[in-house]
Amino acid sequence: MKKRRKVREFKPYSMFYACLVYLFLYLPIFVVIAFSFNTSKINITFEGFTFEWYWKMFENRQLMQSFGNTVIVAAVSTVFSVIIGTLCALGLYKFEFKLKNLISSSLYIPIVIPELVFAIALLIFFTSIHVSMSMVTLIIAHVTFSMPFVVITVRARLAGFDKSIEEAARDLGANEFRTFMRVTLPMISPGVISGGMLALTMSLDDVVVSFFTAGPESTTLPLKILGMVRKGVSPDVNALSTLMIFGTIVILLTSTLIQGRLEKRM
Amino acid sequence: MIKSFKKRLTALVTVGPTVLWLGAFLMIPLIYVIGISFLTKNAYGGVDFAPTISNYISLFQSEYAKVFLDSLWLSLETTVICLLVGYPFAYIIANAPKRWKPFLVLLLMLPFWTNSLIRTYGWNTLLRTEGIINHFLQNIGLIREPLEMLYTDGAVLLGMVYALLPFTVLPLHTSIEKLDKSLLEAASDLGASRKHVFMRVVLPLTMPGIFAGSIQTFIPSLGFFFISDMMGGAKTMYIGNLIKNQFLSARNWPLGAVLSIVLIVITLILMKLYTRVGSLEDMA
Amino acid sequence: MNQASEKVIVRLTNVDKNFDSERVVKKLNLDIEEGEFLTLLGPSGCGKTTTLRMIAGFEYPTEGQIFLEGEDVDDKKPNERNVNTVFQNYALFPHMNVFDNIAFGLVEKKVKKEEIQRRVEEMIKLVQLDGMEKRMPSQMSGGQKQRVAIARALVNRPKVLLLDEPLGALDLKLRKQMQGELKHLQRQLGITFIYVTHDQEEALTMSDRIAIMNHGYLEQVGTPEEVYNHPKTKFVADFIGESNIIEGYIENMTDNSIEVTMESGKAVIAEKGYRLEEIIYLCVRPENLKLSTDPVKGFRFRGQVREHVFIGSINKTMIELPNGQMLKAETPAEDELIPVGTVVNVYWNPGKVVVMRTKEEQIYNVIEQSVEIEGMTNDQIF
Repeated sequence: MKKRRKVREFKPYSMFYACLVYLFLYLPIFVVIAFSFNTSKINITFEGFTFEWYWKMFENRQLMQSFGNTVIVAAVSTVFSVIIGTLCALGLYKFEFKLKNLISSSLYIPIVIPELVFAIALLIFFTSIHVSMSMVTLIIAHVTFSMPFVVITVRARLAGFDKSIEEAARDLGANEFRTFMRVTLPMISPGVISGGMLALTMSLDDVVVSFFTAGPESTTLPLKILGMVRKGVSPDVNALSTLMIFGTIVILLTSTLIQGRLEKRM
Repeated sequence: MIKSFKKRLTALVTVGPTVLWLGAFLMIPLIYVIGISFLTKNAYGGVDFAPTISNYISLFQSEYAKVFLDSLWLSLETTVICLLVGYPFAYIIANAPKRWKPFLVLLLMLPFWTNSLIRTYGWNTLLRTEGIINHFLQNIGLIREPLEMLYTDGAVLLGMVYALLPFTVLPLHTSIEKLDKSLLEAASDLGASRKHVFMRVVLPLTMPGIFAGSIQTFIPSLGFFFISDMMGGAKTMYIGNLIKNQFLSARNWPLGAVLSIVLIVITLILMKLYTRVGSLEDMA
Repeated sequence: MNQASEKVIVRLTNVDKNFDSERVVKKLNLDIEEGEFLTLLGPSGCGKTTTLRMIAGFEYPTEGQIFLEGEDVDDKKPNERNVNTVFQNYALFPHMNVFDNIAFGLVEKKVKKEEIQRRVEEMIKLVQLDGMEKRMPSQMSGGQKQRVAIARALVNRPKVLLLDEPLGALDLKLRKQMQGELKHLQRQLGITFIYVTHDQEEALTMSDRIAIMNHGYLEQVGTPEEVYNHPKTKFVADFIGESNIIEGYIENMTDNSIEVTMESGKAVIAEKGYRLEEIIYLCVRPENLKLSTDPVKGFRFRGQVREHVFIGSINKTMIELPNGQMLKAETPAEDELIPVGTVVNVYWNPGKVVVMRTKEEQIYNVIEQSVEIEGMTNDQIF
């Protein structure tokens, strides 16, 4: 009998191909990061290493403001999405009612329709009811497209949930509220965290919806860059982008680790 | 009675906010889009309440037909390239050695986590006439005159593929991952060659992933106006830019609404086709 | 309250439970006494788990009442009842370690910290999980999880412990071991156990009394000996152990024996109190069915040996009657086998047969009809 090899290793050409695709995915990111340390003002050749732009960017008030907006919108819309979305997922899990199917399938509308359509729909709506675009409309838009992802993620977590665990808590003397706090919430927390991560990512990544729903005072960093691209981008934008890339990665890696640890314990 | 009243109240408190939110900021705005598509634009860039179907009729003008065809073609090209590049890639990751896999998946997720505009702008820097690649090629003496790479249709295609590739790879990866490896062993045990194992077992079983990946690439690509803004010249007009222009420069909202409705219809048709082979749950 | 009912700790009176339009439990009357080990036994879907869940408070009866310690608990939620449950899949809290799982109920009761510590440790010793306090449920085997689930319920010192197929997920050997431990625990603590299972062997070995349910009806309640030796219905006879059930009618009677004519022959049983020409069912356990190549007095009942199956200490012999019915007989393994194909005389000790009057389906029909007839109770019909 031939012994089966247990340890699979990369075949050289597979490895080569994977590296090529990863290079394709990372090349532009490396360019942005590399040029944030470049002494030259124009992004053509690397002339020398400097941290200068990381100080200069703080002097660029417009840039800092757009960065601040990005952070605020992402944070606020994530919190809203998580709260509303988790509540909804719990309600859909716990109760049986007539419109349940309709509600659960309409959650997929914001996911499947092109962002552009959703964005101009909000633009038309807000303009028609004479609401001018501002931070508020921007946050509303972000909550609308990210909240369904929270509902779906938390629901998926709840679906793998043995209902008798909640019954056990009731059986051992916990009332409804105590059962929720001591059992249900801790058990869905990995789902809530990953839903929140999705919401945060989507908000930070968004260009199309923000383009139409942000007011002049509430442009986000991506919108600011979009406006600058044709004229050429100053190196402090590279610096700020680099900061944003690393910031996002650190936040999301941390929450992935927390989520993984929570899940592993269960 | 009281028990059921309390239950109803809890149901209302939990599901109510979502229903209200989606109603107010999704359903009603979409109804507004439909409504405005039947109104007339006035000279000041606003709309008059004069019902008309002329906006729909103007769709049949040849210039719009060309925009639609160009856009659908670009999206199709993007999707096919993403699939061709992404499938082997997803397959390699899904079958990578155990200790490598979490790292490889993480590497795939990282670009997802960084803003797509910032990433696209990186390409812009690379491809410019006075950009890095041209500069490099001139320096090593391969070319004398800089190549026209940015602001071409090819650049738009590159930008689209780049921005959407992770959206294709993730569902593919999930469905390849789910594949029961003993089926492959069973197939080769029954005498199938490696090529046949792939064609007769792997490919059919990962079809849901292929469909989900295609949909998640095709639909957003129709609306990604900023990529053609950043990477393309004014040579080719795509539907995303056309819609955007109706709301910014041309100020023809009714026409913009009609064009959006066409996008919705295309999406609905694709979703209808998709739900025949896959479930909505795989989309999220 | 009179003397007799003081010992009753759980009383179900005329309990009905409907899910949508399906009646899952039908007119259930059952008294469970303090300190007894009562098993609800029946096939899946017979209503036994629903009955248990109604006692726990997870479901409410559509009609009828449940009394715990003489008190109607219709408006009591699960957390307000002095009963605890051991769930089928253990239902351990996955985010808590063994100690916190067991301490859950005590924390809810706001018991002092030192006392929680003491009582939980006591329980951990009792279920032999010493040293595992910090383990998470995901790091434990099925048997260990089961012990945690039992400790978590018992630490609250409930008046009644409800167990919903607690051993169903364990392998045979472990199940046997846990059966013994559970029975021992129940004797030691003197707590009333209400135990749900579909395993008749488990029910017979552990219970003080067994309540057999089928299609939502309570078929029979009695000690293991009673339900095995004197099944009241064909269902009970069939479900508890194996039975040969043969239809016949009464042709002749003497003072203390009846001559029964069956499709495939004649036989004698030691019974009285029946009418001539009445249709009855004879229930004979395989170990009481005897085979002989010689004629037997009083019997004219023949069949052909079809197959022998050797199961450890016994041999099972299948005999086909002329009408096609198969009978099972069990003989000690060391007995000589009658070759397959031989035509044999089938007989039994006239005292070792249980006679039943009607098919249980006929009883059901009567009860179903009684629901249709308004204002009429079961008592009026029987």
